[in-house]
Amino acid sequence: MRKRSIVPILYILFLLLPIYWLVAMSFKTTNEILGGFSLFPQVWTLENYRVIFTDPTWYWGYINSIAYVSLNTVISLVAALPAAYAFSRFSFLGDKHLFFWLLTNRMAPAAVFALPFFQLYSAVGLFDTYLAVALAHTLFNIPLAVWILEGFMSGVPRELDETAYVDGHSFPSFFLRIFLPTIKAGIGVTAFFLFMFSWVELLLAKTLTAVEAKPIAATMTKTASSAGYELGLLAAAGVLTIIPGAVVIYFVRNYIAKGFALGRV
Amino acid sequence: MAKITLDKLRHSYLPAPSRPQDYALKEINLDWRDGGAYALLGPSGCGKTTLLNIISGLLTPSEGRVLFDGVDVTGLAPDHRNIAQVFQFPVIYDTMTVRQNLAFPLRNRGLDPRHIKARVDEISEMLELTDLLDRRAAGLGPDTKQKISMGRGLVREDVNVIMFDEPLTVIDPQLKWTLRSKLKELHQKIGVTMIYVTHDQTEALTFADQVVVMQEGEIVQIGTPVELFERPGHTFVGHFIGSPGMNIIPCELRDGTACIGDFPVALAGPVKAVSQDARTEIGIRPEFVKIAGTGLPAVVRKVADLGRYTVIEAMLGEVRVSIIGPEGDAPERGSEIHLQFDPKNTRLYADGWLATEEGETR
Amino acid sequence: MKTVNNRAWLFVLPVVILVAFNALVPLMTVVNYSVQETFGNNLFFWQGLDWFQQVLRSDRFHAALGRQALFTVTILLIEIPLGVVIALAMPRKGVWVSVCLVLMALPLLIPWNVVGSMWNIFTLPDIGLLGYLMNDVLGIPYNMTRDPVAAWATVIAMDVWHWTSLVVLLAYAGLISIPDAYYQAAKIDGATPWAVFRYIQLPKMKRVLTIAILLRFMDSFNIYTEPFVLTGGGPGNSTTLLSIDLVKLALGQFDLGPAAAMSLIYFLITLLVSWVFYTLMTRNEN
Repeated sequence: MRKRSIVPILYILFLLLPIYWLVAMSFKTTNEILGGFSLFPQVWTLENYRVIFTDPTWYWGYINSIAYVSLNTVISLVAALPAAYAFSRFSFLGDKHLFFWLLTNRMAPAAVFALPFFQLYSAVGLFDTYLAVALAHTLFNIPLAVWILEGFMSGVPRELDETAYVDGHSFPSFFLRIFLPTIKAGIGVTAFFLFMFSWVELLLAKTLTAVEAKPIAATMTKTASSAGYELGLLAAAGVLTIIPGAVVIYFVRNYIAKGFALGRV
Repeated sequence: MAKITLDKLRHSYLPAPSRPQDYALKEINLDWRDGGAYALLGPSGCGKTTLLNIISGLLTPSEGRVLFDGVDVTGLAPDHRNIAQVFQFPVIYDTMTVRQNLAFPLRNRGLDPRHIKARVDEISEMLELTDLLDRRAAGLGPDTKQKISMGRGLVREDVNVIMFDEPLTVIDPQLKWTLRSKLKELHQKIGVTMIYVTHDQTEALTFADQVVVMQEGEIVQIGTPVELFERPGHTFVGHFIGSPGMNIIPCELRDGTACIGDFPVALAGPVKAVSQDARTEIGIRPEFVKIAGTGLPAVVRKVADLGRYTVIEAMLGEVRVSIIGPEGDAPERGSEIHLQFDPKNTRLYADGWLATEEGETR
Repeated sequence: MKTVNNRAWLFVLPVVILVAFNALVPLMTVVNYSVQETFGNNLFFWQGLDWFQQVLRSDRFHAALGRQALFTVTILLIEIPLGVVIALAMPRKGVWVSVCLVLMALPLLIPWNVVGSMWNIFTLPDIGLLGYLMNDVLGIPYNMTRDPVAAWATVIAMDVWHWTSLVVLLAYAGLISIPDAYYQAAKIDGATPWAVFRYIQLPKMKRVLTIAILLRFMDSFNIYTEPFVLTGGGPGNSTTLLSIDLVKLALGQFDLGPAAAMSLIYFLITLLVSWVFYTLMTRNEN
């Protein structure tokens, strides 16, 4: 290995340290944690995880999170695909302004918009449903999806479209059978980012849910705080929320490397 | 400027090559005269870009040496070899103006600014870039960009050789011709050694004084465009150069006489010693096949009128033979004809290599 | 050239409807609050631009904005160069690319409140790994809940930990899109490594770095969950960034009017800065 690979290695070590500490804490007993410093758990215990898994709200927290995150990814992709195509292929009245307006929606302070969001979704009767969170997250995810997809689509030569029409494809047939398979790496990368931003966001998700659709991360804070200052339990809950993200990264690892290379970045 | 010698060069991209197939280059020995215009011609994957990158120093060969004027430069980095290279896709520095682009190699070598300016003006004049000197290079067309990359090689007075790696790939057809003549003109004006890599025979034959034809990591023939056309040293060369390529017809050797079926064929010269189990073939260009009243019987399969001449495809038994005939006056499709080969341009090939003594054709 | 076709609006319509529903209705609600006074019971009185004047003159807003600006500038100055350096040092081919990318993307996929909790546990004096290292091994007094400087340093370190990978991923994507011929040409032209960076790598990364800077600017200006969980804005008000302050104002004190006015002001600031930056960076294109 060359000398410069020390940089990424040091950086990854820096990234892994707090994660390691969270994992280590989750296997320690409360006595050990409060008793003093130990680099490794002296007595390995699964007690923290047992507490979590015997609580049914946990199990549902997971399902809820996965449900609204997936729903959001699908809605955002389906809406963003034709829009990104329009931005990459046509110029139309107000296209530049529209694009910038879409991007501005990432700039609104979510902390303050939480209350109006709560009122809006209560008014339309969607409060505490998966759809509410999924729709609310499209606010920042759709602009992102349009933006990334537009880059990938602009990388596909226009001749592909023209050839398909000459071959007698109708627009839907061309779009679904030829165009989408061509940019599937781009769709993979986009889906990854959509999943990521919907999964990590908690403020809106918490505001728009009460019982039925409560996200896992919110369950975690509740469990941890209602049980008092139990660090081991908090750590175990934290570890459990990291796992789905890690699984997703593992599955898209090749898309991230290859997909990025294909996009017009 | 320098004479370039390649001495027993071999290269493999594998860590431990053993079989001949493992080598991208199989033993290359070559001398390139100072100031010549050379072309490296061959199909994709024949090793020509590998060879180019070894000469420029971007690759270190697995075995063998590269010598510039007798000095071993095999271990030297590209910037210490005083070479210039123009790539397939134009490489320009986007943020710089055309002038800054041209000055870049000189600035990196710490030359006097006044001298740099004079030199850039001179070269831009030659390349007809003077009007664009203060434009940003990013917005220009691919042909202009390619001229700029050439210019970055030409500004350096110490350059030993300029290498071109398929430089016209992204250029519009009508501009290709202009750029090619410009290149030829520059070579005559500056007299620096140029090596031009291409898979396009027209580009190679119009640019170079000497063409090196490569196939599967080997040099199959080196010669002037005329030599390659008239006396292909290998069936590959005959086939690759010319349109349509040379006809290659399997034959038998009987007592030193080549026979196609039962017909003896007259050759341009005496046959060299050929091993018993060698694959023997007759090579003759379509230009030298005539339709006559007597000779080898064949059946016409296809006739294509190409304007100034006609290409006739006939089946000689199982073998397809192309004939270039004058315009009009072509036989009907399906009709039986007889073929006569011009003996001066008919040669025997053994295992692909020329097996007819040369000299008599001169 | 793109073809002019106003029917393209049909393609964009679903996106516009969805985003407008989510953006415009809440925005109108906030604007509504910002010009009214309420005494509870859903009674509202027209207040005009009073709230805006009050907010713009208040020391509290100035202080929060100052802290926010300091925070955003600091993390941009650290994360962007650091991300570029790491991307430059990363391998270009082979299995290590995947390993690096997977490990580096990990912090991006951790829910934001968990990031806060994790750093909380990590920095506890005498119990957390970092707290123990600082206090008991290195002998540097470190207590985030009492010392504002330590709190600031920790909030910054956490953001660097959380988001530098995004810059790395984007910068890396820009780097691997550069064809080999550019590096070879630079070598032949005798360019120094610095010149290669300055004239080849940096220009090719310009677009992705614009994206990275914009994203990091917008998101750091809106940051709430992570520092709130980590420090709660303390000690004192030392790490009370804009969003934390806003929530204190809106939900803690239920001063909806001033909170709405303040959030609109700061939405406009974000918009203005982003627009100026975006225009500057794309002015030379086409």
